[in-house]
Amino acid sequence: MSTNILTTRRDFLKSSAAATGALVIAVTLPASSRYAQAAAGNATFGPNAFLRITPDGQITVLCGLSEMGQGVHMGIAMLVAEELDADWKSVRLEQAPADKAYVNPMIGMQATGGSTSIRGHWEPMRKAGAAARQMLVSAAASAWGVDAGRCRTQGGRVVGADGRSVGYGELVAAAAQLPVPQDPPVKNPQDFRILGTGLTRLDTPAKVNGSAGFGIDVTLQGLRTAVMVHAPVPGAKVVSVDDVATKAIPGVRHVVQIPQGVAVLADGFWPALKGRDALVVKWDDGALGGLSSAAISKSLTDATTRPGKVARNEGDVSAAVAKTIEAVYEAPYLAHACMEPMNCTAWVRAGEAELWAPTQAPGPHQGIVAQLTGLTPEKVRVHTTYLGGGFGRRFAPDFTIAATLLSKAVGAPVKLIYTREDDMRAWFYRPASVTRFTAGLDKAGNPVSFTARIAAPSIMLAAGFVKELPEGIDRPAVEGISDCPYAFPNLRVEYVQTEPGVPVWFWRSVGHSQNVYFIEAFVDEIAAAAGKDPVEFRRSLLAKQPRLRGALDLAAQKAGWGSPLPAGVHRGVAVTSSFGSYVAQVAEVSVGADGRPRVHRVVAAVDCGRTVNPEIIKRQIEGAIVYGLSAALHQKITFKDGRVEQSNFNDYPMLRMDEMPRVEVHIVSSSEAPGGIGEPGLPAATPAVVNAVFAATGKRFRRLPI
Amino acid sequence: MVSVSINGKTVQFSATPDTPLLWALRDELGLTGTKFGCGAALCGACVVHVDGKPMRACVTPIAAVAGKQVTTIEAMDADRIGQAVQAAWIRNDVPQCGYCQSGQIMSASALLAKNPRPSDADIEEAMRMNLCRCGTYNRIRAAIKDAATALGA
Repeated sequence: MSTNILTTRRDFLKSSAAATGALVIAVTLPASSRYAQAAAGNATFGPNAFLRITPDGQITVLCGLSEMGQGVHMGIAMLVAEELDADWKSVRLEQAPADKAYVNPMIGMQATGGSTSIRGHWEPMRKAGAAARQMLVSAAASAWGVDAGRCRTQGGRVVGADGRSVGYGELVAAAAQLPVPQDPPVKNPQDFRILGTGLTRLDTPAKVNGSAGFGIDVTLQGLRTAVMVHAPVPGAKVVSVDDVATKAIPGVRHVVQIPQGVAVLADGFWPALKGRDALVVKWDDGALGGLSSAAISKSLTDATTRPGKVARNEGDVSAAVAKTIEAVYEAPYLAHACMEPMNCTAWVRAGEAELWAPTQAPGPHQGIVAQLTGLTPEKVRVHTTYLGGGFGRRFAPDFTIAATLLSKAVGAPVKLIYTREDDMRAWFYRPASVTRFTAGLDKAGNPVSFTARIAAPSIMLAAGFVKELPEGIDRPAVEGISDCPYAFPNLRVEYVQTEPGVPVWFWRSVGHSQNVYFIEAFVDEIAAAAGKDPVEFRRSLLAKQPRLRGALDLAAQKAGWGSPLPAGVHRGVAVTSSFGSYVAQVAEVSVGADGRPRVHRVVAAVDCGRTVNPEIIKRQIEGAIVYGLSAALHQKITFKDGRVEQSNFNDYPMLRMDEMPRVEVHIVSSSEAPGGIGEPGLPAATPAVVNAVFAATGKRFRRLPI
Repeated sequence: MVSVSINGKTVQFSATPDTPLLWALRDELGLTGTKFGCGAALCGACVVHVDGKPMRACVTPIAAVAGKQVTTIEAMDADRIGQAVQAAWIRNDVPQCGYCQSGQIMSASALLAKNPRPSDADIEEAMRMNLCRCGTYNRIRAAIKDAATALGA
């Protein structure tokens, strides 16, 4: 990941506003970008900047990031509007297409993930708004014949020293003639009026009346709907296809074989599904036809008995100790199970292609479609729709590739829809992982040494992000443990790359999702062995982690750590430092006669630096807790004879309303740079619950689901 | 041809009678507010009202609703309770990704139509079969109570 782009990308380009009468500002990008071409003289050529103001005073913020529920559209709009001193009621948000202008500076591509959006755009989007504001002020000052320094802005108007004022809309034509400031000053945070407030999301009205457009809702003239038979085993090859019954079904138009499987294309989903169900496809399973969860579990566990690549080594873990604690933790493969099943609409035409996709990665997907069609990326128009959940899954290009190949094959627009079963069995899983820990204590119960050996497959290799692992380490496989925040005097973390063959992918909070469960449950074991309170034990090892310790203290205080609870209810605590934010959670849990835990309340404290919208932050933390608890209590993907055993929400359940704990989220007031928020709420939820179950029963759950 | 009243207008579906109402609404009428989540009555994303009662459109063939009154999310703003629920959803800023919310609102509206003052247990009973992967359950619960209050006022 390149972070230096953050500080160097401060140039601004000016766009001609003549053609549309709109003032357009863009943070610049390489001269070859479509924006730059447009700036050369044709401002009507696509929306390719960050904001647009029309003569009626309407402010349109263009966002190239994908809205999958995390509120990024709102966050970006608030950043721009703040520095613009916009009247919030005149701000609207428009999804930008795939274009180099919208590369996410933190990840170097136009994609949304890694909880990078606010971190990467905090400064550029504010600069974009500030530049526009400065130009509007200059335009007004010039018209009035006064010094711009004597004018101020408020609620979408420039106000002169004498009290006269003019709306931004009236200044558009004049402002568009002015040079774009290269490095406009931004506000002192104490002057923020929009940032840090809990404004209601701009996308909410469309999401309560059915009008919000998701990928699956795309409709085009002549559209064919495709449903596929996917390979049942990764790498399986089609041996034969019998489509006689399929083609007899009214509405079925084509049966098309592509490398990903066999698709039935029809006039609508229902005939396509009936056609798919009538299709008889025989497969050669290939090398992975024997995959089984038992064998995978054994291979991962065995791997932790072998030395691995050293991810971190401090001091000497062979130092003498009075007491040793050892434990092996295991996490299963997981599916994302976005509510909107994977889908994509593609239309490959002569010399151009168009994609309507609920994708987290419109930039990379544009490139992929270009490769598949032989077109240049500029000839591939990508419309990012709303995403019915993402969680990392929609970074993957499987649905885009298949839809593109199908459209190319039949010469018509094709909407490919995965059934829930297809989606569950699409082979993009959070990796299974096993970690073997040891810890050594001195006679007084103080920690002396800590070792972790992690066996897991590599996501970075699976995703094609690297060709080989730097120093043999897959960062996602070890994150959360290798960057362990605790001051163990002697510490060693090793990684044993283990590839059972199951394709793996990024899942909300990635390696932290299992590793923080592992380490935070094990740290609780160390505290118990040392006879120490779990909060106090953690505090004593976090002296050099003031922000994490601050979150821990706040969560403990708000949860009333140490105070009496109703009979049968017990507390557990866990912390995580991830994605630039610090989160502590205290869970209150009881365990029923059947041994099933019931989570009554979760108190979370989060230090994510400066906030854009605290209400969205609270909801992201709440949602991440639910996502984590669903996995902790219910979910696993397992394999038998190479096939995925789960299929739908009956055998891959998620938390329901009647299992939902009360959740309280407390935000630490901070003037630090913003941290991520979509993911860091997840990792601590599971270990907080596991630790509470231990407090309740003395039983330590070292495998999930509980 | 199956004839059904959809949001107050009689529609003659050209789809085969076994076609689930969900796909007839979406593909034939372009009413895409009703969502496909599971295809097996497991998630509630496709809930519509049939003669005022919540039904899973993904497993309900159009033949089964012939002659009946079907109401979808698109008509909720013309319904007194639907309006109150939508307004409460906005006040509580419930949706995240939003994909399940049509179904949530349809289930919640049906609940309030028969039980204007639902208890927590009533809400859980009515809503537990509506899944939300973003985890908006507590916001949904608050919004239902908010809507109940607004309707009672």
